[in-house]
Amino acid sequence: MTDKFESTVGQTADAVAPPPPHERRLSDAWKALKKAPLSAKFGIIVILIYVFIALFAPLLTPYGESEVVGAEFEPWGEGYLLGTDNLGRDMLTRLFYGARNTIGIAFVTTVLAFLIGGVGGVLAATLGGWMDQLFSRVVDVLMAIPALIFALLLLTIFGTSIPVLVLVIAVLDSTRVYRLARAVSLNVVVMDFVEAARLRGEGMGWITLKEVLPNIMPPLVAEFGLRFCFVFLTIAALSFLGLGLQPPTADWGSMVRDNATLITYGDITPLIPAAAIALLTVAVNFVVDWFLHKTSGLRDDQ
Amino acid sequence: MFKLLKIVLQRLGLGVFVLFIISVIIAGAVELLPGDLCQELQGQSATKETVAACRKELGLDKPVYHRYFVWLGNMLKGDFGVSLANGRQISELIGDRTANTFFLAIYAAIISVPLAVALGILAALHRNSIYDRVVNIVTLSSISFPEFFVAYILIIFFSVNLGWFPSLSNITPDTPLTEKMYKAFLPALTLTLVVVAHMMRMTRASIINLLASPYIEMANLKGMTRRHIITKHALPNAWAPIVNVIVINLAYLIVGVVVVEVVFVYPGLGQLIVDSVAKRDIPVVQSCCVIFAATYIILNLTADILSIITNPRLLHPR
Repeated sequence: MTDKFESTVGQTADAVAPPPPHERRLSDAWKALKKAPLSAKFGIIVILIYVFIALFAPLLTPYGESEVVGAEFEPWGEGYLLGTDNLGRDMLTRLFYGARNTIGIAFVTTVLAFLIGGVGGVLAATLGGWMDQLFSRVVDVLMAIPALIFALLLLTIFGTSIPVLVLVIAVLDSTRVYRLARAVSLNVVVMDFVEAARLRGEGMGWITLKEVLPNIMPPLVAEFGLRFCFVFLTIAALSFLGLGLQPPTADWGSMVRDNATLITYGDITPLIPAAAIALLTVAVNFVVDWFLHKTSGLRDDQ
Repeated sequence: MFKLLKIVLQRLGLGVFVLFIISVIIAGAVELLPGDLCQELQGQSATKETVAACRKELGLDKPVYHRYFVWLGNMLKGDFGVSLANGRQISELIGDRTANTFFLAIYAAIISVPLAVALGILAALHRNSIYDRVVNIVTLSSISFPEFFVAYILIIFFSVNLGWFPSLSNITPDTPLTEKMYKAFLPALTLTLVVVAHMMRMTRASIINLLASPYIEMANLKGMTRRHIITKHALPNAWAPIVNVIVINLAYLIVGVVVVEVVFVYPGLGQLIVDSVAKRDIPVVQSCCVIFAATYIILNLTADILSIITNPRLLHPR
């Protein structure tokens, strides 16, 4: 309770001498970040490290992505910090490149899912009528089939390639985004300020972009985090099953699959990519958890 | 009572309709193939005559709706068609495997449901205690773990280091039940760990939601004992959400088996579908999809209906 009280006080104090809005938002974000719980800070640091590795993989790694550098299944040691894989490629190098490929593809897929689902959901809410009905019924049906099973069916038909993978998962996942975007926009479009904008004669574009969108951002941002985790895990699972990213592209799911034999000898190397997947999803979940807590708290005191 | 029956029947009708639409989608997916199944099958070696013969054999020369109804009719009779990869009857392929998959899912459910519900109720009652916070962090983490990660960790611990359980669950229809349970223990435990976290969090949330409602506060203010409030006031209303949580997770279990089966080389539907996707054996994938999707939909439908009929407001209409 005291926390909320302080934050409102802070807002009024800011209102007395307002700095430029951009600066204020940044410093607010910084303040919020400093007050964040340990788990959220941990999450943010982990995410930053992953992004760094993904961006600079070629500079950080001693070898090429699919370069054969030694014998198969070399142990950890000089030259190969994490040993080599089933074809004699450096594990560490593949791990870093895997960050790039796996995270990159999951990110693109999530963005695509948000573009499809978000636009659809907001449009359905603002337009209403038969468009809303049509979209919603299609989404209902798509959501009635388990996503992984549907993805498997579509991958059989279209074959396994990266564009197909991205499209199939993005479309299946956009249904969840659509649901959320539609539900939260429905709450906003009935507000008085939207009505006022309509009466002023603003067009559809203005209403969606300037009135509805800013107000549905917090839940959508949180959903983006959760969806990213889901997409990331789905792609990892598909790759693990041999149906996702195809060799020689380095990818965490298929790295586990390719080297799984080592596990039966008690070697944990193949688990490192799996742990990398787990760590990133945990980190994103921690941040989303904190963000949700924070945004819902702020909505309370308005 | 009549009102209740009407709602249930409406929901059932909707469920049947959804099943119908899904079957149309699964059957229609083949139409999305560039070219058709026969060209896909024969690839480079296709000549006009062989393609025409193959089309005739598979009935592709008939119109789409005709093919759909023949397919649906056969499916309902238990005839799933023939595998493209090895020409065997699909119903033969999937018979034992379906039983195995259901065995695994039920096995996991028997362990996970009581565990999750008990943990969830405890966490809700001791909200914000150390126990609740630890459980919150642990479950949030385990939701984020890929299934194969959990599976391999269990293999390393229980089968490589301790040697208690086998890492391969190679069961056959003749395997006696106790041995089946022993061999399928690690896959079942993996599934348990994956769903317990989710189920527990949902149970906790729905109970906390309930405890925040005004009538519970009223009971508190009247000075009732905590036990009385929980058993007489909260639980009757909590059953609907809890049952819902359980059934939704059972639906998830049925689908979640795919990865777990592959890790443990468990002879179930999940492994079959993955192999068939790799071989692009479309009829087998379709058949598996139908079984998975139908189970999923029927379980979700059960969740809906159970939550309708356990709703005290509908059971005792004014």
